[in-house]
Amino acid sequence: MNELVFFINKVLISGTVLGSVYALGAVGITLIFGILRFAHFAHGDLMTLGAFVSFILASIATSLGIQTFWPNGFIILPFAMVITAGLALGIDRGFYQPLRARGVKPVTLLIASIGVTLMIQGLIRLFAGVRTRSFFEEVPKELFRLDMSVIGASRPLVISEPQILLVASTLAAVIALHLFLTRSRLGKGMRAMADNADLARVSGINTRHVIRATWVIAGALASLAGTMLALDVTLKPDLAFNIILPIFAAAIVGGLGHAYGAIAGGFLVGFAETLSVFNWSVLLRPFKGLLPEGWSFPSDLSIVPTEYKLTVAFVILVVVLLVRPTGLFKGASS
Amino acid sequence: MMGRALVLYVALFGLLLGVGMVMGAPFTVRLSVEAAAFALIALGLNIQWGYGGLFNFGVMGFLMVGGFAVTFISVPLNMDFWNSQGPFMLAKVLAAAAIGAALIVWVNRWKVTGRKKRVAQVAAWVLAYLIYRSQIDPAADYIEANAGFVGGLGLPVVVGWAFGGLLAAGVAFIIGKICLGLRTDYLAIATIGISEIIRALIKNMDWLTKGTLTVSPLPWPVPKPQELQEFRFDVSQSFIWSRAAFGILVVAVAVGALVLAQRAYGGPWGRMMRAIRDNHVAAAAMGKNVKARQLELFVFGSVLIGIGGAILTSFAQIFDPGGYQPINHTFVIWVMLIVGGSGNNVGAMFGGVFIYVVWVMSEPASQALFTTLSSWSADFGLGAIPEIESRALQMRVFVLGLVITLALRFAPKGLIPEVIKRPVAETQEKAVAVRS
Amino acid sequence: MALLDVKGVHAGYGGAPVLNGVDIAIDAGDIGVIVGPNGAGKSTTLKAIFGLLKVSAGEILLDGTDIANSEPDRLVPMGLSFVPQEFNVFTSMSVNENFEMGAYIRRDDFSGLLVSIYDMFPDLKAKRNQKAGELSGGQRQMVAMGRALMCGPKILMLDEPSAGLSPRYMSEIFGQVTKIAQSGVAVLMVEQNARQALGLASKGFVLAGGKNRFTGTGQELLDDPEVAKSFLGG
Repeated sequence: MNELVFFINKVLISGTVLGSVYALGAVGITLIFGILRFAHFAHGDLMTLGAFVSFILASIATSLGIQTFWPNGFIILPFAMVITAGLALGIDRGFYQPLRARGVKPVTLLIASIGVTLMIQGLIRLFAGVRTRSFFEEVPKELFRLDMSVIGASRPLVISEPQILLVASTLAAVIALHLFLTRSRLGKGMRAMADNADLARVSGINTRHVIRATWVIAGALASLAGTMLALDVTLKPDLAFNIILPIFAAAIVGGLGHAYGAIAGGFLVGFAETLSVFNWSVLLRPFKGLLPEGWSFPSDLSIVPTEYKLTVAFVILVVVLLVRPTGLFKGASS
Repeated sequence: MMGRALVLYVALFGLLLGVGMVMGAPFTVRLSVEAAAFALIALGLNIQWGYGGLFNFGVMGFLMVGGFAVTFISVPLNMDFWNSQGPFMLAKVLAAAAIGAALIVWVNRWKVTGRKKRVAQVAAWVLAYLIYRSQIDPAADYIEANAGFVGGLGLPVVVGWAFGGLLAAGVAFIIGKICLGLRTDYLAIATIGISEIIRALIKNMDWLTKGTLTVSPLPWPVPKPQELQEFRFDVSQSFIWSRAAFGILVVAVAVGALVLAQRAYGGPWGRMMRAIRDNHVAAAAMGKNVKARQLELFVFGSVLIGIGGAILTSFAQIFDPGGYQPINHTFVIWVMLIVGGSGNNVGAMFGGVFIYVVWVMSEPASQALFTTLSSWSADFGLGAIPEIESRALQMRVFVLGLVITLALRFAPKGLIPEVIKRPVAETQEKAVAVRS
Repeated sequence: MALLDVKGVHAGYGGAPVLNGVDIAIDAGDIGVIVGPNGAGKSTTLKAIFGLLKVSAGEILLDGTDIANSEPDRLVPMGLSFVPQEFNVFTSMSVNENFEMGAYIRRDDFSGLLVSIYDMFPDLKAKRNQKAGELSGGQRQMVAMGRALMCGPKILMLDEPSAGLSPRYMSEIFGQVTKIAQSGVAVLMVEQNARQALGLASKGFVLAGGKNRFTGTGQELLDDPEVAKSFLGG
């Protein structure tokens, strides 16, 4: 049964963790695409920025002697989300809105987002340097080892506190987003504008409000995703720039513009990555006795070698774009 | 417009002279050679985006293909490999790949449609992958263990540059064939995804490319500084002359490419290309084969990018797949093109040189700035700025972002804009501006 | 002074102007119908009133206030509502949500209005939770009109509401237009089915080349031999 526990640790838990991060990022990208019709390449850096905001707030909290049951990087999250949402609004005001006012094509906004990517990364590296930081320099990260002897396994299930918090807060964010989009006036206006921007304008929906709300949500979720990712691993300037393409893959798998699709796409890409580098040979080990004498299963049965883990996401991205650019779940989500 | 270009080029030359006075001649000659290679690359991207409106966001992938090509051609033969079982095993790999490809093609040609066909296609891909993996895995392990990597062919460097263009053309043909139907932003995402796949492959196929272990030193097409030093040149002189000789080769290639591109652009072919870019629906309605023309542009542009990548690699004398980054090898080239003026070859090449100088010089410039600021802040009792050197290095990323932002805002058509007047397209643009 | 008074409006899409002096005047309870050949500027007139393209000269007075070049999100609260010809429903949203979007500017309780709109289009009652994109063309047009009525407009502008509809739906739509006007709303619509539409009209405007050619009551225009010859197909 150790093999099963190994599978849960390596595939289910890390797939869920990865999928949560991708989903939160992809929702932001997909909302921005739905409302403003451009691929926001700076989204990864918005996540990194959010993580750095959290890091600064957590450091302040720690220096004030605040110690709670939760990690400081987690309790300051609401503040970090508000600040990052404000930064996202500022970025839009400073860099995208002037171009929109000139009526440029969406592709120009895409290029502008590259400029934003470079400036955010440059500033972070300038002020924070390139070294890797941890939210857990003073307090160690809590690890939960769940005893699995019930099912006859000697190895425990291992999950860290940040991972539990990540999955829980992703769930909370998804529910909140769902309620916002289906129950609130502004949320419905957002869906209306993503559906048909001209008609939304004709209906008297204040499109400037909707655009602002979009940046607030995208910024807040980016901050959440970036911070939780940094809590799970470490904080560095290219934290989320490195995963911007898997996040795009998630958004595209779900169909750009479709919030629920992006969430599903996030988990799909996350699990695809963990499943394809998992060594399936491990699961065959218990059945070794069934083989004739002298035979054995191949020692490595992973679908792709570990170093190609991220490449799986790129391949999904390209294949979905070529085969079904409207996403896999068209018609199933709004 | 010609006057503007001339003034800007003279100013650029002045800028290089200024850099030379501060940083010294060997540094500046090196900078100029690299800048010339980037001008060639920016020209290639201009052919794709400026002529064709094809958003190639995978420049890095083509640079790596070019870099690999020149490494493979110019590095000496690795006898350990040729005297081993390696070549035979690789032949089996090739055969496996061919069988797999044939399988996929065969299934694609089936007359059946719908779900059945799709299942069969997926099965064919999976089977082809398994057949390939069954051969490549042992071959890769064997070569890495017994010979390190396959080595090169020991041919002249310039042949390697040409091969870089050829290989990039082949890759571009395949990518173009499957991707060019996509909308602009989807094409951007697809090409950046593909360039990441190329990077992952080149980085991890150690048996072929040595991966992160890097291949060096790569041969030079001209006498190396060390060879000149044996020949009564002092150290500084030897570097200047050796690099300058290399530079002459690069400039010759770049100017040749420019002349070719200019002549094509001015002719009927160029007019057709612009017609397709500005209104491909109308062009298709007039009986132009839009997709085939776009594929031509994509391949032609990629050839120049591939050659540029090969030149940069052989000039650096090292092929380091781990050193390729989207920022340094894709985004920077887009900034060159946008700032220089997309749609204008002369503008694109200007942007290539100018942005490369800005990119490289922002490090020492920031360092000087920080040192001054630091001494001031120390004087005022605020303490010195820590880690000046590593911070200064990062400034170039910020400067690049700032430059592209300013360009989009204040000179959206670039410093040397496209010259051809397109009244129809312009009124359309205005109409869009009013409506939104 | 009329409720909506369009005086000598010039407008275009940035290139050559499409409207070269259009005059429209309608009051509460009126049905104004704009007819004319293709390219006469009929739809453009509605868009110009609704601030969707730039008015370069002339005045558009709503209750005496000049509203030329105002954003739609300012015009809708002032009582102006518009149903575009195409893409006039939110296809991914339910019928009910489409209506709610029509009432987006309202902060008050609009449940009474919602009930009366379902009474007006009883077909839609059973489909209230269905996505608008899944409905037939005629039903979509009803959703679009219902959406435009949800803001409680003083003036309802319709761009070719009968285009592409079956005769059954067409007469239903025209019947509803009459009822809407009777309730005190001014209706201004562009129509291809000129004869039928002018039959309902209390005011008719024949546009050609971006200008008024004939103006009168619907009946006057129908009776005018020149209008009949040039614009109504004999």
